[in-house]
Amino acid sequence: MHWLFEPGLFSNHTVRTALLVGLIAALVSAVVGVFTVLRGQSFAGHALTDVATAGGAGAFLAGVAPIIGFVGGGVLGAGAMDAIGVQRVKGRDIATGVVLGAATGLSALFLYLSATSSASTGATQMILFGSIFTVQPSTLPVVAILSGVVLLTIAFIARPLLLSSLSIELAATRGVRVRVVGLVFMVTLAVSVGLSAIVIGSILSTALLIGPPASALKVVNRFWLGAAIAVVLGIGATWAGIVFAYDSYYWIPSHRALPVSFFVVAFVVVEFAFFSVVHRRRRGRPATAIEDSSHHVETQWH
Amino acid sequence: MTTRASLDAPTDILNVKDMEVAIDGRVILRDVDFRIGASEFTGLIGSNGSGKTTLFQVILGLRPTVAGTVSFHGQPLARRNRSIGYVPQKVLFDPEMPLRARDLVALGVDGHRYGLRRRSRAVLADIEEMLTAVDADGFADRRVGELSGGEQQRVLIAHALISRPELLLLDEPLANLDPGSAQEIIGLLHRVATDNRVAVLLSAHEMNPLLPVMDRVVYVANGRVASGTTDEVVRPDVLSALYGHHVDVLRVHGRVLVVASSSDEDDRMVSEHPDVVVK
Repeated sequence: MHWLFEPGLFSNHTVRTALLVGLIAALVSAVVGVFTVLRGQSFAGHALTDVATAGGAGAFLAGVAPIIGFVGGGVLGAGAMDAIGVQRVKGRDIATGVVLGAATGLSALFLYLSATSSASTGATQMILFGSIFTVQPSTLPVVAILSGVVLLTIAFIARPLLLSSLSIELAATRGVRVRVVGLVFMVTLAVSVGLSAIVIGSILSTALLIGPPASALKVVNRFWLGAAIAVVLGIGATWAGIVFAYDSYYWIPSHRALPVSFFVVAFVVVEFAFFSVVHRRRRGRPATAIEDSSHHVETQWH
Repeated sequence: MTTRASLDAPTDILNVKDMEVAIDGRVILRDVDFRIGASEFTGLIGSNGSGKTTLFQVILGLRPTVAGTVSFHGQPLARRNRSIGYVPQKVLFDPEMPLRARDLVALGVDGHRYGLRRRSRAVLADIEEMLTAVDADGFADRRVGELSGGEQQRVLIAHALISRPELLLLDEPLANLDPGSAQEIIGLLHRVATDNRVAVLLSAHEMNPLLPVMDRVVYVANGRVASGTTDEVVRPDVLSALYGHHVDVLRVHGRVLVVASSSDEDDRMVSEHPDVVVK
């Protein structure tokens, strides 16, 4: 196995911390991601990554742990989007766009100040594209607690959230407080974006949030099975990305490791491509006795 | 006032009196009076935009009234009344959404509950039973978004009925269905409602398909309603008073045609109302 796993890979503290943080972030992103995809809030999720960027850049400038900035920024952004009207279908794009624009402007300012006021030129790279190998073991408890809170919250609101994602009208008549549930979900979305930001950077965290769930939901009809597959895909891409990035140090003679985020996103894209092909092949094959009339209904939608 | 008291007979589950509803200051419905008895099948008939959906929102407690009372079992209407089931007019299910027909029915049991508890065997059996009752066994494991309009309608009815409501509201369930599917839904609804002893209030812009099953009719026009049995309401004098001008009621081959005189104003109304035919 030495041709793939460099000696000492798993005894290395930095790598172990990275794998653990990657595992947690991918798990949370996948679980929150299936609901994000179901609700059609991918764009809102992406806007939150921009807010997280501003938060992370601000934290870097202030000398605070980036995770606090990422998560804090995201939660503030979620609140702002809710206030502007992200819950109304018409208001959704507007709210998202306004918050996204404002956040990107702030990021530009913070990143400029970081780059000019200190000797560190790595801020932009670190905030935008992540640096999981720089995560301090002391960050782990924060990551674990935030993840636990997000997962418990999702489990708590899962059914009302599912019903209101399906139809706001149906949920409201069943007595679901649609607005409250939507806002709570936005906050968990913000936190999960912040968590994946420390793995692959804020800009790319959408990939980990949307990619694995979008792949999984293509091929299954059961929601929770889809969520489970998304978790496996997310963790798989993240771990493979970390291992390859670590290995890449030895690939080129100049000994410069390639970024983790590149590999993670590459694996996410490969997974998505693979599942898209599987999905197409399933739809493309002639109607069987089991599927019978379903076939023509499916094709008319595609 | 014995006649008044009879309106509040214990068999009435819904009582609407002198109700007025306004949206953004514009009066949509006024002087609305009708009642629904237990296990009755009532047709809410009116053209598009006549206020049928607004009336449903009021009954569901999702929209306030300006005047009058709406009572459920003699009590003022509570917001989020679980004894009232609802099938909305149009639910656009994304075919990409990984949710099976049986999952949607299951959410009728616990979609409003927080936390993730396992569904008990009794609940799972109930879901199966309800899927069978609406003839949805054949597509219970398919995605709801991939089903036809009539199939989705049946799943939505099962979703609404599984919480055992006393009153089921259906907003234009026959719109967008071909006549065959519409007949099928009406037959199924009548059967399931009778079996489960649930009262039905179904809105439609055409009353003819409902005539065989309808116990009572609530006819909406001009922002007001007339209600009673079909014979009490679908009469020239009652409907003329409701429309504010003369209309005739013709019965041909078991169908009812509401026929208006042809002034300019009536033409406009006629075009909005499929039941109304120009003389």
